[in-house]
Amino acid sequence: MTTEPVTETVATFCSWCGGETTGADLAGSSAEHERCRARLALVDPPRHCPECGRRMVVQVDPMGWTARCSRHGETTSASRGQR
Amino acid sequence: MTASTETARETGGTSGDILAVAREQVLERGEGLTEAQVLEVLQLPGERLTEALALAHEVRMRWCGPDVEVEGIVSLKTGGCPEDCHFCSQSGLFDSPVRAAWLDKDRLVEAAKQTAKTGATEFCIVAAVRGPDEKLMEQIRAGVAAIRAEVDINVACSLGMLTQAQVDELAAMGVHRYNHNLETARSHFPEVVTTHTWEERWETLQMIRAAGMEVCCGGIVGMGETLEQRAEFAVQLAELEPDEVPMNFLIPNPGTPFAHLDVPQGPDALMTIAAFRLAMPKTVLRFAGGRELTLGDLGAEQGMLGGVNAIIVGNYLTNLGRPAEQDLEMLETLKMPIKALNDTL
Ligand code: SF4
Ligand SMILES: [Zn+2]
Ligand SMILES: [Zn+2]
Repeated sequence: MTTEPVTETVATFCSWCGGETTGADLAGSSAEHERCRARLALVDPPRHCPECGRRMVVQVDPMGWTARCSRHGETTSASRGQR
Repeated sequence: MTASTETARETGGTSGDILAVAREQVLERGEGLTEAQVLEVLQLPGERLTEALALAHEVRMRWCGPDVEVEGIVSLKTGGCPEDCHFCSQSGLFDSPVRAAWLDKDRLVEAAKQTAKTGATEFCIVAAVRGPDEKLMEQIRAGVAAIRAEVDINVACSLGMLTQAQVDELAAMGVHRYNHNLETARSHFPEVVTTHTWEERWETLQMIRAAGMEVCCGGIVGMGETLEQRAEFAVQLAELEPDEVPMNFLIPNPGTPFAHLDVPQGPDALMTIAAFRLAMPKTVLRFAGGRELTLGDLGAEQGMLGGVNAIIVGNYLTNLGRPAEQDLEMLETLKMPIKALNDTL
Protein backbone atom coordinates (compact mmCIF):
# COMPACT_ATOMS: atom_id res chain seq x y z
CA MET A 1 0.00 0.00 0.00
CA THR A 2 1.31 3.41 -0.90
CA THR A 3 1.05 6.50 1.17
CA GLU A 4 0.91 8.83 -1.77
CA PRO A 5 -2.20 10.97 -2.01
CA VAL A 6 -4.79 9.71 -4.46
CA THR A 7 -4.93 12.04 -7.43
CA GLU A 8 -8.04 12.11 -9.53
CA THR A 9 -7.58 11.77 -13.27
CA VAL A 10 -8.08 15.30 -14.49
CA ALA A 11 -9.20 15.99 -18.01
CA THR A 12 -6.67 18.38 -19.47
CA PHE A 13 -7.57 18.27 -23.15
CA CYS A 14 -10.70 19.42 -24.92
CA SER A 15 -12.43 16.36 -26.36
CA TRP A 16 -13.74 18.41 -29.29
CA CYS A 17 -10.66 20.28 -30.58
CA GLY A 18 -7.93 18.44 -28.70
CA GLY A 19 -6.50 21.68 -27.32
CA GLU A 20 -5.34 22.08 -23.74
CA THR A 21 -7.94 23.05 -21.20
CA THR A 22 -7.83 24.82 -17.86
CA GLY A 23 -9.98 24.57 -14.77
CA ALA A 24 -12.11 27.41 -16.09
CA ASP A 25 -12.81 25.45 -19.27
CA LEU A 26 -13.90 22.46 -17.28
CA ALA A 27 -16.19 24.62 -15.20
CA GLY A 28 -17.65 25.89 -18.44
CA SER A 29 -16.71 29.47 -17.72
CA SER A 30 -13.92 30.15 -20.21
CA ALA A 31 -14.60 31.49 -23.67
CA GLU A 32 -11.82 29.55 -25.31
CA HIS A 33 -13.63 26.25 -25.73
CA GLU A 34 -17.15 27.63 -25.69
CA ARG A 35 -17.82 26.58 -29.27
CA CYS A 36 -16.33 23.16 -28.54
CA ARG A 37 -18.68 22.69 -25.59
CA ALA A 38 -21.67 23.74 -27.68
CA ARG A 39 -20.81 21.28 -30.43
CA LEU A 40 -20.26 18.47 -27.92
CA ALA A 41 -23.61 19.23 -26.33
CA LEU A 42 -25.49 19.15 -29.64
CA VAL A 43 -23.92 17.23 -32.49
CA ASP A 44 -20.47 15.80 -31.87
CA PRO A 45 -19.15 12.84 -29.93
CA PRO A 46 -15.74 13.33 -28.29
CA ARG A 47 -12.99 13.02 -30.89
CA HIS A 48 -9.92 13.62 -28.67
CA CYS A 49 -8.93 11.83 -25.51
CA PRO A 50 -9.49 14.19 -22.56
CA GLU A 51 -6.45 12.73 -20.81
CA CYS A 52 -3.82 12.94 -23.57
CA GLY A 53 -5.43 14.82 -26.47
CA ARG A 54 -4.84 11.98 -28.96
CA ARG A 55 -7.42 11.51 -31.70
CA MET A 56 -9.66 8.60 -30.76
CA VAL A 57 -11.29 5.97 -32.95
CA VAL A 58 -14.98 6.76 -32.58
CA GLN A 59 -17.91 4.62 -33.64
CA VAL A 60 -21.27 6.34 -33.61
CA ASP A 61 -24.33 4.10 -33.65
CA PRO A 62 -28.02 5.04 -33.60
CA MET A 63 -28.31 5.17 -29.82
CA GLY A 64 -24.78 6.00 -28.64
CA TRP A 65 -21.06 6.10 -29.34
CA THR A 66 -17.84 4.34 -28.38
CA ALA A 67 -14.49 6.17 -28.37
CA ARG A 68 -11.12 4.47 -28.00
CA CYS A 69 -7.80 6.08 -27.16
CA SER A 70 -4.78 3.92 -28.00
CA ARG A 71 -3.29 4.82 -24.59
CA HIS A 72 -6.28 5.32 -22.30
CA GLY A 73 -8.79 2.78 -23.52
CA GLU A 74 -12.48 2.92 -24.27
CA THR A 75 -15.19 5.34 -23.19
CA THR A 76 -18.82 4.96 -24.19
CA SER A 77 -21.81 7.25 -24.20
CA ALA A 78 -23.39 4.94 -21.64
CA SER A 79 -20.40 5.26 -19.29
CA ARG A 80 -20.64 9.03 -19.64
CA GLY A 81 -24.40 8.96 -19.07
CA GLN A 82 -24.97 10.42 -22.53
CA ARG A 83 -26.69 9.34 -25.71
CA MET B 1 -52.93 36.31 -72.78
CA THR B 2 -50.91 39.40 -72.02
CA ALA B 3 -47.29 39.73 -72.97
CA SER B 4 -46.21 39.54 -69.36
CA THR B 5 -48.02 36.29 -68.60
CA GLU B 6 -46.69 34.91 -71.86
CA THR B 7 -43.13 35.64 -70.72
CA ALA B 8 -43.89 34.36 -67.26
CA ARG B 9 -45.17 31.05 -68.64
CA GLU B 10 -42.17 30.65 -70.92
CA THR B 11 -39.69 31.13 -68.12
CA GLY B 12 -41.74 29.07 -65.74
CA GLY B 13 -42.22 32.19 -63.64
CA THR B 14 -45.55 33.51 -62.56
CA SER B 15 -47.50 36.66 -62.52
CA GLY B 16 -49.36 37.10 -59.28
CA ASP B 17 -48.48 36.04 -55.79
CA ILE B 18 -46.36 32.91 -55.77
CA LEU B 19 -48.09 31.32 -52.79
CA ALA B 20 -51.51 31.90 -54.37
CA VAL B 21 -50.24 30.32 -57.57
CA ALA B 22 -48.73 27.41 -55.60
CA ARG B 23 -52.03 26.85 -53.81
CA GLU B 24 -53.76 26.23 -57.10
CA GLN B 25 -50.93 24.50 -58.96
CA VAL B 26 -49.36 22.37 -56.23
CA LEU B 27 -52.07 21.90 -53.63
CA GLU B 28 -55.03 21.48 -55.97
CA ARG B 29 -53.38 19.88 -58.98
CA GLY B 30 -50.34 18.18 -57.41
CA GLU B 31 -47.96 19.77 -59.90
CA GLY B 32 -44.59 20.82 -58.47
CA LEU B 33 -43.25 24.34 -58.87
CA THR B 34 -40.87 25.18 -61.70
CA GLU B 35 -37.34 26.43 -61.07
CA ALA B 36 -38.32 30.09 -61.41
CA GLN B 37 -41.28 29.53 -59.11
CA VAL B 38 -39.14 27.79 -56.46
CA LEU B 39 -36.80 30.78 -56.61
CA GLU B 40 -39.72 33.12 -56.00
CA VAL B 41 -40.59 31.17 -52.85
CA LEU B 42 -36.97 31.25 -51.66
CA GLN B 43 -36.93 35.01 -52.18
CA LEU B 44 -40.10 35.68 -50.19
CA PRO B 45 -39.59 38.10 -47.31
CA GLY B 46 -39.20 36.59 -43.86
CA GLU B 47 -42.64 37.74 -42.74
CA ARG B 48 -44.21 35.30 -45.20
CA LEU B 49 -42.39 32.24 -43.82
CA THR B 50 -45.32 31.12 -41.65
CA GLU B 51 -47.64 31.28 -44.61
CA ALA B 52 -45.23 29.34 -46.85
CA LEU B 53 -44.79 26.64 -44.21
CA ALA B 54 -48.55 26.36 -43.70
CA LEU B 55 -49.11 25.86 -47.42
CA ALA B 56 -46.28 23.31 -47.64
CA HIS B 57 -47.88 21.44 -44.74
CA GLU B 58 -51.26 21.41 -46.49
CA VAL B 59 -49.58 20.08 -49.62
CA ARG B 60 -47.84 17.34 -47.66
CA MET B 61 -51.10 16.34 -45.88
CA ARG B 62 -53.05 16.34 -49.13
CA TRP B 63 -50.56 14.39 -51.29
CA CYS B 64 -48.66 12.29 -48.73
CA GLY B 65 -50.96 12.07 -45.73
CA PRO B 66 -50.24 12.44 -42.01
CA ASP B 67 -47.87 9.46 -41.63
CA VAL B 68 -44.23 10.08 -40.85
CA GLU B 69 -41.58 7.66 -42.08
CA VAL B 70 -38.98 6.99 -39.42
CA GLU B 71 -35.51 5.73 -40.28
CA GLY B 72 -32.28 4.95 -38.48
CA ILE B 73 -28.82 4.99 -40.04
CA VAL B 74 -25.42 3.63 -39.10
CA SER B 75 -21.92 3.92 -40.41
CA LEU B 76 -20.51 0.49 -41.28
CA LYS B 77 -17.20 1.91 -42.48
CA THR B 78 -16.21 5.30 -41.14
CA GLY B 79 -13.54 7.69 -42.44
CA GLY B 80 -10.64 7.23 -44.82
CA CYS B 81 -12.70 7.95 -47.96
CA PRO B 82 -10.62 8.77 -51.07
CA GLU B 83 -13.14 11.37 -52.30
CA ASP B 84 -12.99 15.08 -51.51
CA CYS B 85 -16.57 16.17 -50.79
CA HIS B 86 -15.74 19.47 -49.12
CA PHE B 87 -18.36 19.16 -46.35
CA CYS B 88 -17.35 15.68 -45.29
CA SER B 89 -15.39 14.83 -42.15
CA GLN B 90 -14.85 11.31 -43.49
CA SER B 91 -12.68 12.23 -46.43
CA GLY B 92 -9.17 10.90 -45.96
CA LEU B 93 -7.86 13.90 -47.89
CA PHE B 94 -8.59 16.42 -45.14
CA ASP B 95 -7.08 16.88 -41.71
CA SER B 96 -10.25 15.87 -39.91
CA PRO B 97 -10.38 14.41 -36.39
CA VAL B 98 -12.52 11.52 -37.68
CA ARG B 99 -10.45 8.33 -37.72
CA ALA B 100 -11.20 5.18 -39.70
CA ALA B 101 -13.42 2.58 -38.03
CA TRP B 102 -15.35 -0.55 -39.06
CA LEU B 103 -18.50 -1.77 -37.35
CA ASP B 104 -18.66 -5.53 -36.79
CA LYS B 105 -21.68 -7.61 -37.76
CA ASP B 106 -23.01 -8.09 -34.23
CA ARG B 107 -23.04 -4.35 -33.58
CA LEU B 108 -24.62 -3.75 -36.98
CA VAL B 109 -27.47 -6.13 -36.18
CA GLU B 110 -27.79 -4.60 -32.72
CA ALA B 111 -28.06 -1.13 -34.28
CA ALA B 112 -30.84 -2.41 -36.57
CA LYS B 113 -32.67 -3.86 -33.56
CA GLN B 114 -32.37 -0.60 -31.60
CA THR B 115 -33.68 1.27 -34.62
CA ALA B 116 -36.64 -1.08 -35.08
CA LYS B 117 -37.57 -0.56 -31.41
CA THR B 118 -38.29 3.10 -32.12
CA GLY B 119 -40.96 2.09 -34.64
CA ALA B 120 -38.69 2.88 -37.58
CA THR B 121 -39.39 1.05 -40.83
CA GLU B 122 -36.10 1.74 -42.55
CA PHE B 123 -32.51 1.02 -41.50
CA CYS B 124 -29.77 2.39 -43.70
CA ILE B 125 -26.24 0.96 -43.74
CA VAL B 126 -23.71 3.55 -44.88
CA ALA B 127 -20.05 3.28 -45.86
CA ALA B 128 -17.59 6.11 -46.53
CA VAL B 129 -16.29 4.93 -49.88
CA ARG B 130 -16.19 6.03 -53.51
CA GLY B 131 -17.88 2.73 -54.28
CA PRO B 132 -17.83 -0.73 -52.70
CA ASP B 133 -14.86 -3.08 -53.06
CA GLU B 134 -15.18 -6.84 -52.59
CA LYS B 135 -14.41 -6.64 -48.85
CA LEU B 136 -17.28 -4.21 -48.33
CA MET B 137 -19.66 -6.20 -50.55
CA GLU B 138 -18.87 -9.29 -48.48
CA GLN B 139 -19.73 -7.44 -45.28
CA ILE B 140 -22.92 -6.13 -46.81
CA ARG B 141 -23.94 -9.64 -47.89
CA ALA B 142 -23.43 -10.97 -44.38
CA GLY B 143 -24.92 -7.94 -42.65
CA VAL B 144 -28.04 -7.65 -44.79
CA ALA B 145 -28.74 -11.38 -44.48
CA ALA B 146 -28.36 -11.24 -40.68
CA ILE B 147 -30.62 -8.21 -40.32
CA ARG B 148 -33.27 -9.64 -42.60
CA ALA B 149 -33.23 -12.87 -40.60
CA GLU B 150 -33.41 -11.24 -37.18
CA VAL B 151 -35.07 -7.83 -37.46
CA ASP B 152 -38.39 -6.67 -38.86
CA ILE B 153 -37.23 -3.65 -40.80
CA ASN B 154 -36.53 -2.62 -44.39
CA VAL B 155 -32.83 -2.46 -45.18
CA ALA B 156 -31.40 0.43 -47.17
CA CYS B 157 -27.80 0.99 -48.23
CA SER B 158 -25.60 3.94 -49.09
CA LEU B 159 -22.29 2.74 -50.48
CA GLY B 160 -21.36 5.32 -53.07
CA MET B 161 -21.17 4.78 -56.80
CA LEU B 162 -22.00 1.29 -58.02
CA THR B 163 -21.31 -0.95 -60.99
CA GLN B 164 -24.26 -2.63 -62.70
CA ALA B 165 -23.23 -5.97 -61.16
CA GLN B 166 -23.27 -4.43 -57.66
CA VAL B 167 -26.66 -2.85 -58.29
CA ASP B 168 -28.04 -6.21 -59.37
CA GLU B 169 -26.56 -7.95 -56.38
CA LEU B 170 -27.95 -5.43 -53.87
CA ALA B 171 -31.39 -5.75 -55.45
CA ALA B 172 -31.15 -9.55 -55.27
CA MET B 173 -30.17 -9.34 -51.56
CA GLY B 174 -33.45 -7.59 -50.90
CA VAL B 175 -32.10 -4.09 -50.31
CA HIS B 176 -35.25 -1.99 -50.31
CA ARG B 177 -33.85 1.45 -50.97
CA TYR B 178 -30.53 2.95 -51.99
CA ASN B 179 -29.30 6.36 -50.90
CA HIS B 180 -27.03 8.35 -53.14
CA ASN B 181 -27.19 12.12 -52.76
CA LEU B 182 -26.65 14.54 -55.59
CA GLU B 183 -25.71 16.89 -52.70
CA THR B 184 -26.25 20.19 -54.49
CA ALA B 185 -27.21 21.83 -57.79
CA ARG B 186 -25.37 20.54 -60.82
CA SER B 187 -23.92 24.02 -61.41
CA HIS B 188 -22.54 24.17 -57.85
CA PHE B 189 -21.24 20.59 -57.64
CA PRO B 190 -17.69 21.37 -58.91
CA GLU B 191 -17.30 23.76 -55.96
CA VAL B 192 -18.15 20.93 -53.59
CA VAL B 193 -16.56 17.80 -55.08
CA THR B 194 -13.70 17.48 -57.56
CA THR B 195 -12.93 13.75 -57.44
CA HIS B 196 -16.11 12.67 -59.24
CA THR B 197 -18.92 14.34 -61.12
CA TRP B 198 -22.60 15.05 -60.57
CA GLU B 199 -23.26 13.03 -63.74
CA GLU B 200 -21.54 9.95 -62.29
CA ARG B 201 -23.85 10.17 -59.32
CA TRP B 202 -26.84 10.58 -61.61
CA GLU B 203 -25.85 7.39 -63.49
CA THR B 204 -25.78 5.30 -60.32
CA LEU B 205 -29.23 6.65 -59.44
CA GLN B 206 -30.61 5.59 -62.80
CA MET B 207 -29.26 2.05 -62.35
CA ILE B 208 -30.84 1.84 -58.89
CA ARG B 209 -34.22 2.84 -60.25
CA ALA B 210 -33.97 0.41 -63.19
CA ALA B 211 -33.17 -2.46 -60.82
CA GLY B 212 -36.38 -1.83 -58.89
CA MET B 213 -34.89 -0.44 -55.68
CA GLU B 214 -36.36 2.72 -54.22
CA VAL B 215 -34.31 5.83 -54.89
CA CYS B 216 -33.28 8.05 -51.97
CA CYS B 217 -31.52 11.20 -53.09
CA GLY B 218 -31.07 14.55 -51.44
CA GLY B 219 -28.36 16.91 -50.40
CA ILE B 220 -27.04 19.56 -48.10
CA VAL B 221 -28.30 23.11 -47.78
CA GLY B 222 -25.83 25.86 -46.91
CA MET B 223 -22.70 24.96 -48.88
CA GLY B 224 -22.28 28.42 -50.38
CA GLU B 225 -24.90 27.89 -53.10
CA THR B 226 -26.95 30.88 -54.27
CA LEU B 227 -30.73 30.89 -53.95
CA GLU B 228 -30.84 30.40 -57.72
CA GLN B 229 -28.76 27.25 -57.32
CA ARG B 230 -30.96 26.06 -54.48
CA ALA B 231 -33.98 26.40 -56.79
CA GLU B 232 -32.04 24.64 -59.55
CA PHE B 233 -31.30 21.77 -57.16
CA ALA B 234 -34.94 21.40 -56.09
CA VAL B 235 -36.03 21.04 -59.69
CA GLN B 236 -33.17 18.67 -60.60
CA LEU B 237 -34.26 16.45 -57.72
CA ALA B 238 -37.87 16.67 -58.87
CA GLU B 239 -36.80 15.54 -62.36
CA LEU B 240 -35.15 12.48 -60.84
CA GLU B 241 -38.47 11.61 -59.16
CA PRO B 242 -36.86 10.03 -56.10
CA ASP B 243 -38.95 8.10 -53.60
CA GLU B 244 -37.29 10.05 -50.82
CA VAL B 245 -35.32 13.27 -50.46
CA PRO B 246 -33.20 13.61 -47.30
CA MET B 247 -32.48 17.25 -46.45
CA ASN B 248 -29.32 18.01 -44.55
CA PHE B 249 -28.13 21.38 -43.29
CA LEU B 250 -24.41 21.98 -43.31
CA ILE B 251 -22.51 21.12 -40.16
CA PRO B 252 -19.18 22.93 -40.70
CA ASN B 253 -16.77 20.17 -39.76
CA PRO B 254 -13.27 20.93 -38.49
CA GLY B 255 -10.51 20.24 -40.99
CA THR B 256 -12.81 20.25 -44.02
CA PRO B 257 -12.70 22.96 -46.71
CA PHE B 258 -16.16 24.07 -45.51
CA ALA B 259 -15.14 24.38 -41.84
CA HIS B 260 -15.27 28.17 -42.12
CA LEU B 261 -18.84 28.35 -43.50
CA ASP B 262 -21.62 29.48 -41.21
CA VAL B 263 -24.29 27.14 -39.92
CA PRO B 264 -27.39 27.83 -42.06
CA GLN B 265 -29.89 30.12 -40.35
CA GLY B 266 -33.17 28.64 -39.14
CA PRO B 267 -35.59 30.83 -41.15
CA ASP B 268 -33.55 30.28 -44.31
CA ALA B 269 -33.59 26.52 -43.74
CA LEU B 270 -37.33 26.51 -43.09
CA MET B 271 -38.10 28.50 -46.24
CA THR B 272 -35.99 25.98 -48.16
CA ILE B 273 -38.00 23.11 -46.69
CA ALA B 274 -41.26 24.77 -47.76
CA ALA B 275 -39.89 25.45 -51.25
CA PHE B 276 -38.67 21.86 -51.69
CA ARG B 277 -42.07 20.54 -50.64
CA LEU B 278 -43.75 22.82 -53.15
CA ALA B 279 -41.36 21.53 -55.83
CA MET B 280 -42.01 17.88 -54.90
CA PRO B 281 -45.54 17.54 -53.52
CA LYS B 282 -45.60 13.72 -53.49
CA THR B 283 -42.09 12.76 -52.38
CA VAL B 284 -41.02 11.64 -48.91
CA LEU B 285 -39.12 14.65 -47.58
CA ARG B 286 -36.85 13.68 -44.72
CA PHE B 287 -35.18 15.68 -41.99
CA ALA B 288 -31.60 14.42 -41.95
CA GLY B 289 -28.38 15.83 -40.46
CA GLY B 290 -27.77 19.32 -39.19
CA ARG B 291 -31.26 20.21 -38.01
CA GLU B 292 -30.08 20.24 -34.39
CA LEU B 293 -27.62 23.09 -35.02
CA THR B 294 -29.67 24.97 -37.60
CA LEU B 295 -33.19 24.67 -36.23
CA GLY B 296 -33.07 23.54 -32.62
CA ASP B 297 -36.12 21.93 -31.02
CA LEU B 298 -38.65 24.57 -32.01
CA GLY B 299 -37.46 24.66 -35.62
CA ALA B 300 -37.74 20.88 -35.87
CA GLU B 301 -41.44 21.15 -35.05
CA GLN B 302 -41.88 23.99 -37.51
CA GLY B 303 -40.31 21.82 -40.19
CA MET B 304 -42.65 18.93 -39.40
CA LEU B 305 -45.49 21.40 -39.82
CA GLY B 306 -43.90 22.85 -42.94
CA GLY B 307 -43.67 20.00 -45.41
CA VAL B 308 -41.36 17.41 -43.84
CA ASN B 309 -42.88 13.93 -43.51
CA ALA B 310 -39.96 11.73 -42.50
CA ILE B 311 -37.13 11.81 -39.98
CA ILE B 312 -33.89 10.11 -39.12
CA VAL B 313 -34.05 9.21 -35.45
CA GLY B 314 -31.11 8.80 -33.14
CA ASN B 315 -27.55 9.52 -34.18
CA TYR B 316 -26.16 10.01 -37.66
CA LEU B 317 -22.90 8.66 -39.10
CA THR B 318 -20.30 10.76 -37.32
CA ASN B 319 -22.62 13.30 -35.66
CA LEU B 320 -25.12 12.92 -32.87
CA GLY B 321 -28.83 13.59 -33.21
CA ARG B 322 -31.40 14.35 -30.56
CA PRO B 323 -32.33 11.35 -28.42
CA ALA B 324 -34.86 9.24 -30.39
CA GLU B 325 -37.43 9.56 -27.58
CA GLN B 326 -37.50 13.31 -28.05
CA ASP B 327 -38.45 12.96 -31.72
CA LEU B 328 -41.02 10.29 -30.99
CA GLU B 329 -42.60 12.54 -28.35
CA MET B 330 -42.66 15.39 -30.85
CA LEU B 331 -44.56 13.22 -33.35
CA GLU B 332 -47.02 12.25 -30.66
CA THR B 333 -47.58 15.89 -29.70
CA LEU B 334 -48.10 16.77 -33.35
CA LYS B 335 -50.49 13.83 -33.72
CA MET B 336 -48.50 12.45 -36.64
CA PRO B 337 -48.60 8.64 -36.74
CA ILE B 338 -45.44 6.70 -37.56
CA LYS B 339 -45.76 4.90 -40.89
CA ALA B 340 -46.15 1.15 -40.32
CA LEU B 341 -43.91 -1.46 -41.95
CA ASN B 342 -46.74 -3.06 -43.96
CA ASP B 343 -47.44 0.33 -45.58
CA THR B 344 -43.92 0.56 -46.95
CA LEU B 345 -43.75 -2.63 -49.00
S1 SF4 C 1 -17.95 10.03 -51.01
FE1 SF4 C 1 -19.16 10.11 -49.13
S2 SF4 C 1 -17.78 9.54 -47.46
FE2 SF4 C 1 -16.52 10.03 -49.25
S3 SF4 C 1 -15.96 12.17 -48.96
FE3 SF4 C 1 -17.80 12.13 -50.24
S4 SF4 C 1 -19.53 12.30 -48.79
FE4 SF4 C 1 -17.68 11.76 -47.59
ZN1 LIG D 1 -11.87 22.87 -27.58
ZN1 LIG E 1 -5.61 9.13 -24.16
